[in-house]
Amino acid sequence: MSDTASVAEDDPEVPEIDLPSDAFDAVLDAVSDLGPGEPLRFEGFSVARDADDQYVIAYGDRQTGLSEREFHEALDERAPAVTDWYTFEHVVGEFGPRRAFLRWIEDADGRTVADRYAALAAGIERAWGQLRITATVTDRGERRYDIRHADDAGVPAAELDAYEDPLDARDIVKLDAKGRYRPLKTAPTLDSGWVFPALSPRDAYETVETVYPATVVNWHRERQGELDVTHWRETMARQSGIYGVVRTWDRGEGHEHANWVAEACCDDSQCLKRREWEYDDETDLDVDGGDGVFPCREPCSVVVSGARKWTRLESEQSRTYEFELTPSEKEQVEAVIDAVADGRVDEIREADTKDPANRYRTRFLRAKRFDDAGNLSGTPTEPDDGSQ
Amino acid sequence: MQSLVIVAHGSHLNPESSAPTYAHADTIRASGAFDEVRTGFWKEEPHFREVLRTVEGDEIYVVPLFVSEGYFTEQVIPRELRLEGWDVSEWDSDGLSADQATLVAEDIDREVHYCGPVGTHSAMTDVIERRAESVTGDPDVGEGFGLAVVGHGTERNENSAKAIEYHADRIRERDRFDEVRALYMDEDPEVDDLPDFFESDDVVLVPLFIADGYHTQEDIPEDVGLCEDYTHGYDVPTEVDGTRIWYAGAVGTEPLMADVLLERAADAGADLGTALDDVRETTRVATGD
Repeated sequence: MSDTASVAEDDPEVPEIDLPSDAFDAVLDAVSDLGPGEPLRFEGFSVARDADDQYVIAYGDRQTGLSEREFHEALDERAPAVTDWYTFEHVVGEFGPRRAFLRWIEDADGRTVADRYAALAAGIERAWGQLRITATVTDRGERRYDIRHADDAGVPAAELDAYEDPLDARDIVKLDAKGRYRPLKTAPTLDSGWVFPALSPRDAYETVETVYPATVVNWHRERQGELDVTHWRETMARQSGIYGVVRTWDRGEGHEHANWVAEACCDDSQCLKRREWEYDDETDLDVDGGDGVFPCREPCSVVVSGARKWTRLESEQSRTYEFELTPSEKEQVEAVIDAVADGRVDEIREADTKDPANRYRTRFLRAKRFDDAGNLSGTPTEPDDGSQ
Repeated sequence: MQSLVIVAHGSHLNPESSAPTYAHADTIRASGAFDEVRTGFWKEEPHFREVLRTVEGDEIYVVPLFVSEGYFTEQVIPRELRLEGWDVSEWDSDGLSADQATLVAEDIDREVHYCGPVGTHSAMTDVIERRAESVTGDPDVGEGFGLAVVGHGTERNENSAKAIEYHADRIRERDRFDEVRALYMDEDPEVDDLPDFFESDDVVLVPLFIADGYHTQEDIPEDVGLCEDYTHGYDVPTEVDGTRIWYAGAVGTEPLMADVLLERAADAGADLGTALDDVRETTRVATGD
C-alpha cells in the first residue's frame, strides 16, 4: 500500500492515440462556451476560438486562423493531452472523491501526460485494501481498469470469473472463501477468483465503493485535511436503546478497556481500515492503528455491538479459581485461545498432535480435565455449586 | 442531480437481511427515476453515519425501509445522519402520517428530504395484497380466503400495531378477502392461535417485516405450527387445525415494495416521470407466476 504508483518499466513509449470525436466535440463546445480569445488550457498548449469563428493554438509558437478540420488535425497530434483533459473533465466528472481517487491511481497531479500515458500503456497498479487495481489506456485515450483480488495478480483474466456491473460486487463481498457471512466489509477476508477486467472510470469507482463502502470518500476527506474523526468516548456517549448501556462501562475512568477492544477488533489482521479514532481528543489508545491506505473515522457498528456485550461481561468482578493442570496443559489452554483468536483453527491438521490446539489434543484435555458438568478440573463457576 | 438514499437495518449475522434493500434499489435504478440510488445501513456498510457523504446529488431523498414509525425513524436515523434541528414534531405525525421533513445534514452541509417509513404509506396496502397474490400464485386471490396481517405488537413500539391495523382495515374495506385480521407476535390477538380467528378454510399470512430473518423464518412458522422446528422447513400451504395457511414470508421482499419507496420520494417532491407506473407494471410481470 505504498503512496507511489508502481510502474512496469519495459515499455516507456507514449502510445499512439487517435482523437475520438466525442473528445474533439467536447473541446469545440468548451472553446465555444469560453468566447473569442479566451484560452482553454491543456498540458503544454492552449486553444481558443477567434472573432471569425476560426481556431488558434498556442504552444510557445502559435497557429492562427485554423479551420475546424485543421484544428482537428492539430489536436489529433496532441491527442494524449486532449484525451487526458476529456477523461477527467467529462468522463470522470466533478464529484470530488471519485475524481481525486482516479487521479491518484495514475498520479495525475504529479506526472506529465506523456509519462502517464507511457505508464498506462504498460499498466499502472495500485493497492486498495485487498484489491489490485490496474489502470490502462485504449488507443482512443480512454481509461480502462482491471480490478481483482491482490492474490489473483498476474492470473490471466480468462481463468477468473469475469464481471462487468459494479453492483455484482455485492455478491462477491457477501461471503468469505469458506462461505461465511462477512459482516464487516473491510475485514481481510475478501474472497478471490473474480475479475472486473475492463471497467470505465466511473464503474471502477463504483466497484471500489461497493467492495469497500465509503473508504474513498473518507480517504479523500483525510487528504483534504478534513477527516471528521469521532473518538471512542463520543461514539459511546451517543448510543441509545439497547446500546445505551455501554455508557455504564465507559465512565471516564481510564481507557484500558478501549485498548482491549481496539486490539481485539481493529488490528490489521481483523480490519484493513487504519484506525484514526482514539479514546478521546486528548487521550490516544496504546495499541497500533494499523497501516491501511484508507482511514477509520469512528468505532463501527461491529465495535459498538461488541462493546455492548463486553459492558455486561465486564460488570463481573474477578475471582480466584484453583485449577489443576500440568505445565503442558496450562500452555495448551493458552494455545487453544490463541488458535481461536487468530482464526487458525481450520489450519490445524487433523492428526498433527504436536499442535497444542489440535482437535484430538483438545478433546483429550476435555476428557481428562472436565467433570460431568463441564467444569475445568472440576472447579465450579459458582463456589456453592460444588459438583465434586 | 436527484438522488435516492434507502436506509435499512441490515444485520451482522444474517447475510440475506440486506437482500430486499439491494433488490428494490436495483428496481429503482432500472426505472431511471433517479440519477443515483445509494443504500445505507445501521448494521452494515456504508453505515447511516457515512452514507450521505457517498452521495453526489443535490436533491437528496432519504427513505427508511422500515415498517413503522418509532425508535429508528424518529431517533436513530436522524441522529446518525446528523440532520440539524431534527425534532419528531417536524413530521407532525399521529404515528401513521409522517411524510417528510427538509433539513440540512451536517455531514454534507446540504439539504435532504427525510421521508416517513415505507411501512405506513398507503401504497403499502397494495404490497400486502400483491404478496398474497405472489404466495398463492393467483392474481385474483380473495374469494374464499382470509388474510392475516402480522406484526410485532406494541411491546416494543406502539406504532407497530397501528401500522398493522391501518393496512388490515384498508384491505377489509376493499371487500376482496372474506375475512381480514390483524394479529401479533407478542400480544392478543396472537398469531399462535390463527385458526381460532378465521372461519375460512384458506388463510394467507403476511408478516409486516422488511427482511426474512429470525422472526419470519423461525419464530412465526414455529409459533403458528407450520413446523415443529424451522430447520425442517414447511409447505405452502400447510394445514394447521383444519385451516390451510399460506405463509408469505416478509412482505418487504415483494418486488412491489420499490413502488412504496418511490411514492415516499414523490410525496416529498421528487420528480419521477413515469417511474411509478413503470415499476408497478414491471414488478407485476416479475411476480406473475
